[in-house]
Amino acid sequence: MKRIAYYQGCSLEGLASEYDISTRAVCDALGIELIEIPDWNCCGSSPAHSADPLLSSALAGRNLAIAEAEGCDVVMTPCPGCLKSLKGALETCHDPQQCDAFREILGMPFEGRIRAISVLELLYKDVGVDALRAQVQKPYADQVIVPYYGCLLTRPPKFADFDDPENPVSMDRLLEAVGVTVPDFPYKTECCGATYGVTRNDIVGKLTGRILDMALRVGAEAVAVACPLCQQNLDLRQAQVNRHMNRTFDLPVVYITQVIGIALGIAPKELGLDKLFVNADFLLRSAREEEPQAKTIG
Amino acid sequence: MRIGVFVCQCGTNIAGTVDTQEVARRAGNLPDVAYATSYMYTCSEPGQQEIQRAIREKNLQGVVVAACSPRMHEPTFRRAVERAGLNRFMFEMANIREHVSWINNDREANTRKAAELVEMAVAKLRFNQPLFSSQISVNKRVMVIGGGVAGIQAALDCSDGGLDVVLVERKSSIGGKMAQLDKTFPTVDCSSCILGPKMVDVVQKDNITLHAASEVESISGYVGNFTVEVRKKATYVDWTACTGCGACIEKCPSRKVPDVFNENLANARAINIPFPQAIPKKATINRDYCLHFTKGKCGTCQKVCPTGAVNYEMQDEIVTEQVGAIIVATGYDLFDASVYGEYGGGRYADVISGIQYERILSASGPFGGHIKRPSDGKEPKDIVFIACVGSRDASVGRPYCSGVCCMYIAKQAILTRDHLPDTRVWVFYMDIRAPGKNYDEFVRRAQEEYGVQYIRGRVGKVYPKGDRMVVQGNDTLLGVQVEVEADLVVLATGIEASAGARELAEKLRISYDQYGFYMESHPKLRPVETNTAGVYLAGVCQGPKDIPSSVAMGSAAAAKVQALFSRDTIETNPQVALVNERVCISCGKCIQVCPFGAIQWKELRGGIRKAEVLPSVCQGCGLCNATCPPKAIQLQHATDNQILAEVNALCA
Ligand SMILES: Cc1cc2nc3c(=O)[nH]c(=O)nc-3n(C[C@H](O)[C@H](O)[C@H](O)COP(=O)(O)OP(=O)(O)OC[C@H]3O[C@@H](n4cnc5c(N)ncnc54)[C@H](O)[C@@H]3O)c2cc1C
Ligand code: SF4
Ligand code: SF4
Repeated sequence: MKRIAYYQGCSLEGLASEYDISTRAVCDALGIELIEIPDWNCCGSSPAHSADPLLSSALAGRNLAIAEAEGCDVVMTPCPGCLKSLKGALETCHDPQQCDAFREILGMPFEGRIRAISVLELLYKDVGVDALRAQVQKPYADQVIVPYYGCLLTRPPKFADFDDPENPVSMDRLLEAVGVTVPDFPYKTECCGATYGVTRNDIVGKLTGRILDMALRVGAEAVAVACPLCQQNLDLRQAQVNRHMNRTFDLPVVYITQVIGIALGIAPKELGLDKLFVNADFLLRSAREEEPQAKTIG
Repeated sequence: MRIGVFVCQCGTNIAGTVDTQEVARRAGNLPDVAYATSYMYTCSEPGQQEIQRAIREKNLQGVVVAACSPRMHEPTFRRAVERAGLNRFMFEMANIREHVSWINNDREANTRKAAELVEMAVAKLRFNQPLFSSQISVNKRVMVIGGGVAGIQAALDCSDGGLDVVLVERKSSIGGKMAQLDKTFPTVDCSSCILGPKMVDVVQKDNITLHAASEVESISGYVGNFTVEVRKKATYVDWTACTGCGACIEKCPSRKVPDVFNENLANARAINIPFPQAIPKKATINRDYCLHFTKGKCGTCQKVCPTGAVNYEMQDEIVTEQVGAIIVATGYDLFDASVYGEYGGGRYADVISGIQYERILSASGPFGGHIKRPSDGKEPKDIVFIACVGSRDASVGRPYCSGVCCMYIAKQAILTRDHLPDTRVWVFYMDIRAPGKNYDEFVRRAQEEYGVQYIRGRVGKVYPKGDRMVVQGNDTLLGVQVEVEADLVVLATGIEASAGARELAEKLRISYDQYGFYMESHPKLRPVETNTAGVYLAGVCQGPKDIPSSVAMGSAAAAKVQALFSRDTIETNPQVALVNERVCISCGKCIQVCPFGAIQWKELRGGIRKAEVLPSVCQGCGLCNATCPPKAIQLQHATDNQILAEVNALCA
């Protein structure tokens, strides 16, 4: 069993709890031991970062230092925002200009050797597409899903150091591995509006509306995501989108770990499928239950 | 020895941060220094005359000039002292510009360092000996590597000057990229009509030997006497017998071979002649696709060939050529657009590169010169060009401008509107770079006469919508986001160094920049020379440029070779290793370490062997000098005594 430090972060404690439980369930099924970082704290995102970047790095650094002390050389976090903070702390730690100040604030031993990755990177690179395919219990029948990567997972390219920044394919390949049909999705990295959801939900309405519309146009039944904020904007706010755009979208927005979890034979409840706003039971459809129907994929 | 020291002010270049008077004053106190002075521009004519006057009036036996880098003016000053009757090796240079004044502002420290550098030069000069070159004959044959338009021009000019030329081309035909172009800016004349006759001249000139489908294997020797091994790759067709009739191509059953000349927009056969005007017009078998090689069956071409030219047993062949000079004209390759995931190059059939569009426009191209799009052969109604794909973008490691794309986009846009007047054309650009003669006027014509829509801004995404493509970008002049639906998207992919450029540079012992373009000897004053004597550059291998500049460089390189060959002999460099036979213990270590094979055994009376250096082969690297246990072998002009004198001066 692989031992990997797990940094959950605040989103996954709250609104995105289904991302948390599905991540844990999938890792468990794949034989990956997640060590939850004991006494973990805030990753240092927006509030800390806008006040003082060094404080932000130190906050994230504390989590990494504990993980290192636990004897882990990889820390995984499902949230791209947390990942950015963790990687930022590593960068600060290795920056000769800031290193001393950083260590002083941190006040605990930290070598900075640990690698921070997303759950997507864990599945795509450490587990691998072929190994995942071999573990599939219930391959999908004919479900058509588009992957939506958002802005942060692969960017900025040098920092993220994962997948093609403009045309990422890791989720495409993972979805295909569990039997999903994946059309070419042009808007896979378009902006979802991010935190404008709080202040200007009309902007988010327009932006997510375009993404959902494109997903429908390429024949998708759902959108798979790997970011709690994207999920929230596309799923929770779908009703707002409908209001702003005068549409009636009813498109499930599921976490990649939920899609994979079903294929690995994990029960829907253990993946938090019931927590989604737009019903995603189509994932459970198997080939025999449904009349075969023609699908246009454009 | 009576030594004169001249400290140059180089205007304010040196005097600005070095007290040159003080440096001269201190030099005057050094042993053997009979005269020391500071001068405004030592390299100027009056400056040189001042040195010569001092040599005569003060009876100087050696001269030190403290000035710029010896790379800049050592030859100048050596000539100056020689004209005043000194041996040119009784001269030393101290670099107090690049090594002192240009890199530090602290006047006091600079003055001290400059004085110490002068002291080192004086200390060394006291051990200098007059050295004399010998004459070696020049082999008046020239090799041109690369048969694009630059190499062809160089070869033809050398041939016109009566020189024997060996032209080595990697592909099976000469012509380079220009052979693939349809028309050329800014006159829109047909590319193959102006290049074709030059290509024909190459084979018709008696004094040009063409090795096509060949590459340089190794290079040894030095200016005037290079030995080049050329690997003639097996084409599996005997070119002396092949008449280029094409019977084999017609019958070859392997039909799904990427047509490289047509930039993979069509299929070729496993046995092929790349294009109708190919020179030489000879067939070549592509092993990777030939059924004889892949499946062990077939043999059709051998059966149908009327002259029996096909030979499946053919092997690569190495030929050795002796030449006195080399012109490198290996051109360029194009940036791989798939690096930009957002443009969809390589993923969508209707997102193509500029060179592919040249093939589409060409009458000898995959669609016979009718503008069609690759996916379904439909005539496009809307075409978008995207400039700077892999140029001027540090994030993909290509911060430089490719120099020709703005112009070829304008050309292709004009040709598009000529062929299909109803087609609408958009160009997304960053800035328009059109500095050549009649170039800006040409771009204006595209905009004003041909109604091409120029949008200043980058494209963020290209994606399919139905059977069309959507191009999303911004218009930075209007400050708005724009979306254009197009049937065809043309990416103006930038220029990059040709594949294998670095490896060839190592063989030639010339330098290249971080992108793989070859370095000229001086960016302004020696643009076609390299730092290796006898090796010259032409065309895009030195950096992006258009056809007129490539041709000009080809002619310039040819002129340089003619100047070199105008003498029957050239002087050898006497700064080579020399063995003191009385000290040599015959251990043979020097023979082992010499990378150039310049040391051999010499039999003395009584069968005693001693090492002997061949001065014409020795490159003066000094490895033997450092290796020799009893220090019997010494590199002239950098002997142990000379170097130790410098070190002592510095450490005293
Ligand atoms: C789409 C496009 C359109 C263009 N349109 C125009 C135009 O209209 N007008 C204009 O002025 N310019 C135009 N250009 C630029 C033009 O192509 C170049 O300026 C010109 O081709 C440079 O010639 P060259 O001989 O230096 O290089 P190349 O044409 O690249 O020739 C180099 C030759 O050397 C060979 N070679 C490479 N390496 C080796 C090796 N190691 N050993 C042996 N042989 C080797 C190659 O096979 C090739 O034959 C265009 C460029 C592009 C991409
Ligand atoms: S032997 Fe090879 S090249 Fe010749 S016809 Fe057959 S497949 Fe073509
Ligand atoms: S290494 Fe020196 S001593 Fe030995 S053979 Fe060569 S020259 Fe003579």
